[in-house]
Amino acid sequence: MSKVNLGSLFELTSVRFRLLFREPEAVFWIFVFPILLAAGLGIAFRNRPPDVLPVAATTPQLTSALAADKGLNASTMDERAGTHALATGTILLLAVPEAGGVSYHYDDTNPDARTARLLADRDLQAAAGQREAVHANILLIHETGSRYIDFVVPGLLGMNLMGSAIWGLGFAIVEARQKKLLKRLVASPMPRWQYLASFLLSRLIMLIIEIVFFLGFARVAFGVPFRGSLWQLGFLCVLTSMAFSSLGLLVSSRARTMEAASGLMNLVMLPMWILSGVFFSASRFPAIIQPFVRALPLTAANEAFRANMLQGVGLDHLMLPVITLLAWLVVPFVVALRIFRWR
Amino acid sequence: MESTDKHTGTLAPGRPSLLLSGLRKAFSDVQAVDGLDLEVLQGECFGLLGPNGAGKTTTIEICEGLTDPDEGKVELLGLSWTTGAAELRQRIGIQLQETQFPDKLTVEETIRLFRSFFHRGISVEESIRTAQLEEKRNSRVGGLSGGQKQRLAMACALVGDPELLFLDEPTTGLDPQARRHLWDLVDELKQAGRTIILTTHYMDEAERLCDRVAIMDHGKVIALGTPQQLIASIGGEDIVEFAVSQGPHDSTRGVVDPATLTSIPGVQSHRVDAALHQLSVSELHTTVPHIFAALSAEGLHLSEFRTHSATLEDVFVRLTGRNLRDE
Repeated sequence: MSKVNLGSLFELTSVRFRLLFREPEAVFWIFVFPILLAAGLGIAFRNRPPDVLPVAATTPQLTSALAADKGLNASTMDERAGTHALATGTILLLAVPEAGGVSYHYDDTNPDARTARLLADRDLQAAAGQREAVHANILLIHETGSRYIDFVVPGLLGMNLMGSAIWGLGFAIVEARQKKLLKRLVASPMPRWQYLASFLLSRLIMLIIEIVFFLGFARVAFGVPFRGSLWQLGFLCVLTSMAFSSLGLLVSSRARTMEAASGLMNLVMLPMWILSGVFFSASRFPAIIQPFVRALPLTAANEAFRANMLQGVGLDHLMLPVITLLAWLVVPFVVALRIFRWR
Repeated sequence: MESTDKHTGTLAPGRPSLLLSGLRKAFSDVQAVDGLDLEVLQGECFGLLGPNGAGKTTTIEICEGLTDPDEGKVELLGLSWTTGAAELRQRIGIQLQETQFPDKLTVEETIRLFRSFFHRGISVEESIRTAQLEEKRNSRVGGLSGGQKQRLAMACALVGDPELLFLDEPTTGLDPQARRHLWDLVDELKQAGRTIILTTHYMDEAERLCDRVAIMDHGKVIALGTPQQLIASIGGEDIVEFAVSQGPHDSTRGVVDPATLTSIPGVQSHRVDAALHQLSVSELHTTVPHIFAALSAEGLHLSEFRTHSATLEDVFVRLTGRNLRDE
């Protein structure tokens, strides 16, 4: 039986494609959703002109001194109305004159309110005749690569590769097991490795479409930079997708019902959605859990994508994340093959 | 591999297609198969018959290499699952209970997928024709009726042109017309000389399709033979069923002494089930008048009376004291 029949591998793989493209929801989640998410975030966090901060004062004189600043929008209100406006967030700061000076009412845990106080104080001191001791020149910089959208696109790429691999494999395998199709396939002469290989193959092909779509959109719509080698980025994407496919295989290796599988998948993915630096940097978490955070495959993937795309770092300097991803590819795959329930 | 007797494509003449001996299998606390010996000859259509839970599916899945037996020997086409699994998979065809093929694939795509697993076999075309699914070739599996799905399962079992075909409850859950349709299909396969092993809990199905039948109960074979032999074994070819009351207008249940009945010449056995007396009778035309006479001598009135030819159902009732679908 040494004759390896690749016709069946081809049939199994094309069945995977047919089933995927005949499922409109799957197409939405894999192709459309990441783009909608990136577009939404890109719009929400686009670079706006500096905010004008709303402030108030209890006397018209103070108000006019504050209104002279382009960064502040000042109005006059009495102390009671002002306190209420502060409490409800309609103004950030209330200036009240008092004997020999002025008092500022504001919340110092709110960065905007702190800025408002600095501006208001500078304006009032200047109006009272204070001169600047050192002359400062101001040069403005808006650099691509340092915006939020530049930060979040590699994170979304990683999250997307995780989701499509784990969901794509997990649901299809568990559904086949639940519907006894897996048992029927095993009762036929189908080589078992080909069944699993057909998932990886279809994933690889889908991956190309997926990342070209998504990164192309990020490039065209937001001008997200690609500073590293595209080949190396491609390699990182393949490695990431295979590592998550292997994890997806492990998650689906025993579950008998869709409910059980879907619970397991969320259990596996939820920590990574939160900890792995998709929407904000993973380094924000306390030092004590950093070793755990760093060991997660999505953290490694996001770190490598960001280093490649934003800083142009080569693979030779990304050995740690690459090795982490390789470990996540090999270990779950070996375990999954050992414990896989074929019926 | 040397082309010894064991590994040639054809089976040595006279060698059974399937040989089971001393087969046992337990699941946690249930002894599903309890010492089973069977031989199925080449070209035979063999039925495993029994109520749900009798061990039919476990037995057939052991034969199909899907379940490992705890004890005993399994030999198919002269090969065993431990040494000849890859070859066996190529040479047998399997239809399982309750397989759901993917809804979004078409009939043709599903069959083509299964065809791709076999080194040799019939064309997708031919398999569609055999299963009479020509009109549904491009329909999605999700839109097929129960009978059509079952014929698709059959088509997938046939694509490898199997020497040995396993059908596990092929007509369970089908409407009468779809059942008859499937029976015709099995008939054609029999005529083509294939060895078929099927399980069923329908006695009429076994009588209609099988050359030989093994009746199973609690993991054991309790009767084995052709349907005619088994029916003859209960002694009478006909079954008389009747109920009696005290009088034409009195619905009080009448009491009959079984000894009165069994002493009538031609009555082989007697049994009461829910006030219905069942007699197994050998000479219907001469025995029935004797039964009437005996009952009127007792002053009893017949409130129900009917006869039918004995079936495998009656064999099962006779052997176990239970009806097939009691459980």
